[in-house]
Amino acid sequence: MTQVKEYPTELLKIWNEGKQLRGKYYKNYLTAHERGGLRWAGGAWSFSAIPAGLGEDVYCITGEPHGATIAFFKDFTAKCHEAVEAAGFPRTLCAYMRNYWGSILLDKYILADGTVVDGHPAPDFIWQDHICCSHGKWYQVARWLEEKKGRKVPMYCVDVSVGYPMDKPLEEYKINYIFQQLNDGIEWLEKVTGRTYNDKLLCEAVWNEINATRLWAEICTLNQAVPAPLDEKSMYSLYVMGTLIKHRPECVAFYEKLKAEVEGRVRRGIAAVANERFRVITDTQPPWGFLKIFREMEKYGVVSLGSLYTYGLIGMWKYRPDGTWAPKELPPRKPQTREEAVRMIVEWTVDRPEWAHFYVPEAKTKMILSIVKQWKVDAVLLHYNRGCEGLSVHIAENRHGLVEAGVPVFPFEGNMGDEREFDFPGTLARLTTFFESMELKKLKE
Amino acid sequence: MITAGVDVGAKYVKTVLLEDGKNVLTRANGIVGFDVWKSATEVFEKALLNAGLKRDQIAQVVATGMGRKAIQKKPPINPGEIVPEVIADAKGAYHLIPTAKTIIDVGAEEGRGVKVGENGKVKDFVINERCAAGAGTFIETMARALEVGVKDMGPLALKATKAIPMNAQCCVFAESEVVTLIHSKVSKEDIAKAIHDAMAGRIASMVLRLGVEKDVVLIGGMARNPGFLPPLKKELNTEILVPENPEYVGALGAALLALETEGQK
Repeated sequence: MTQVKEYPTELLKIWNEGKQLRGKYYKNYLTAHERGGLRWAGGAWSFSAIPAGLGEDVYCITGEPHGATIAFFKDFTAKCHEAVEAAGFPRTLCAYMRNYWGSILLDKYILADGTVVDGHPAPDFIWQDHICCSHGKWYQVARWLEEKKGRKVPMYCVDVSVGYPMDKPLEEYKINYIFQQLNDGIEWLEKVTGRTYNDKLLCEAVWNEINATRLWAEICTLNQAVPAPLDEKSMYSLYVMGTLIKHRPECVAFYEKLKAEVEGRVRRGIAAVANERFRVITDTQPPWGFLKIFREMEKYGVVSLGSLYTYGLIGMWKYRPDGTWAPKELPPRKPQTREEAVRMIVEWTVDRPEWAHFYVPEAKTKMILSIVKQWKVDAVLLHYNRGCEGLSVHIAENRHGLVEAGVPVFPFEGNMGDEREFDFPGTLARLTTFFESMELKKLKE
Repeated sequence: MITAGVDVGAKYVKTVLLEDGKNVLTRANGIVGFDVWKSATEVFEKALLNAGLKRDQIAQVVATGMGRKAIQKKPPINPGEIVPEVIADAKGAYHLIPTAKTIIDVGAEEGRGVKVGENGKVKDFVINERCAAGAGTFIETMARALEVGVKDMGPLALKATKAIPMNAQCCVFAESEVVTLIHSKVSKEDIAKAIHDAMAGRIASMVLRLGVEKDVVLIGGMARNPGFLPPLKKELNTEILVPENPEYVGALGAALLALETEGQK
């Protein structure tokens, strides 16, 4: 076995706090009604700060992280898929969506630790946005499925398809298009819940979201250090807070603590992977049931630093004219009025990097190339993810763009949420072939 | 210095004994049985016997192929190193045809495309995923359905008079499609051509993802199949070179890598 330098490494001190926060999130949603609270469902990208104006006792369940949690527990996933296919839906649809629908059909709910409880907790309303080909339809069907169980769930969906402002600011009429929908949405929320809307809570939530998503980008930037203080497998458990409660003060507090800890790791040269000698990034969701593949990579001294997905799903960035990527600048001050808050969150959100490639494949290639350069990346692993049409669209073009730029690329087929479509031994064999073609040898069994 | 390359494939073990990185002393092969180590050992010992050599006269051995781990750290072969197929393929093909830029290896279980850089180094590669419909096993399965010998499939395809499309994207469903064609009284020759065309289409679409750069070299057992080369050339719209003993190229590459390994000591 080849000998390489070993960096000091240590567990993240904040790890258990994150675990508890996530566990609490799923339980809070489940038990919201017991406390007289409200429940809403929607995507991780929905404007979650808006329903926050309904009160402090409003809890959400975001569909994609819930779908990913289900995917991690293979037995329950299999049951969800069986239920969805038996109901007549094809297996080619979004895997997260099928997991979510399966949970409704089975009338079961999974907690963060894998505990499955009876009774799928229906939301009081659905608050969604529509960016990918499945997002809007996801909740339209979820609503039908709830209705079949006798539960009427009102739904509001915001169309955000206004393009990506990569090289120039977005036109005012496009901003207004979303702005107006959100203002209408606030009136709708008051109507369907019977509650009076609180603008002060909205302003707080918007400011929290802006700070949380900026903080996550700052944390990801720290991974430019060699050795990397964080590995992608751990980052999955950390970025998730931004997909669940990005508008909450707990999220901001968690990311502030995490940032301080990661800064400390960088100062002290603490590595996520002790034998780091080759740095890769991925591009989109992993096959959640097979995260052990990252541990296999470590046997070759390979650390996965993250991805456009882990960095940009929630983290807010700006692609600068010089081709570099940096955390987006915070607005000068906290919003003071409803109008200011709604406009601020729209202007903040339209820069979301993970929305970019729904419009232009070159944007994704450019951003990955910036990451490659700034994060000192040696190779990129591209997941031809059959479970997510939205984030896989244009991926073959991205591969070409990266190869043309001289970046070694390893593409693999799989599915983020349906293990039947991921060949673990085959992928691992090809991946190790790729590493060996990069002249890496296995360092440990 | 004598080095050896052992390619433990899905169906056959191939061994090459090489002198000073230039002269092939002998080649030997044998079918892979249930006990992979035993099969590989038998083929290796056959090669030694052919060349009149003993194990201790072999300075270094490198193993490749999907079964390479079965002989790792195990006497008598005890390879000094094991390498993935694409690395051995690239090394061997580049040695035989130094103008090679794109290598296509179609063996029993896998189809691979490799882009080769200077000195036979792998620049990029692609391997067929999941289904055997892009590998030699596909031809074997179809030969059974047609009740002809595997070796007769290629010559049979060359006698076809019609091009029949075959649409199945899976080895198992393709077999059903062949059975349907048999029942429809389509001639065996035309069916054999349809099978080779379908397989060439699959391999070509995989290799096109890499980008085809001349010279293109075909290796592996399927390179011996005369029915496979014409549709592959047509699909890729290019000439394809086939070296002598194409099924031994991976083993040759391994023997060359063994020389490099020994030289680094």
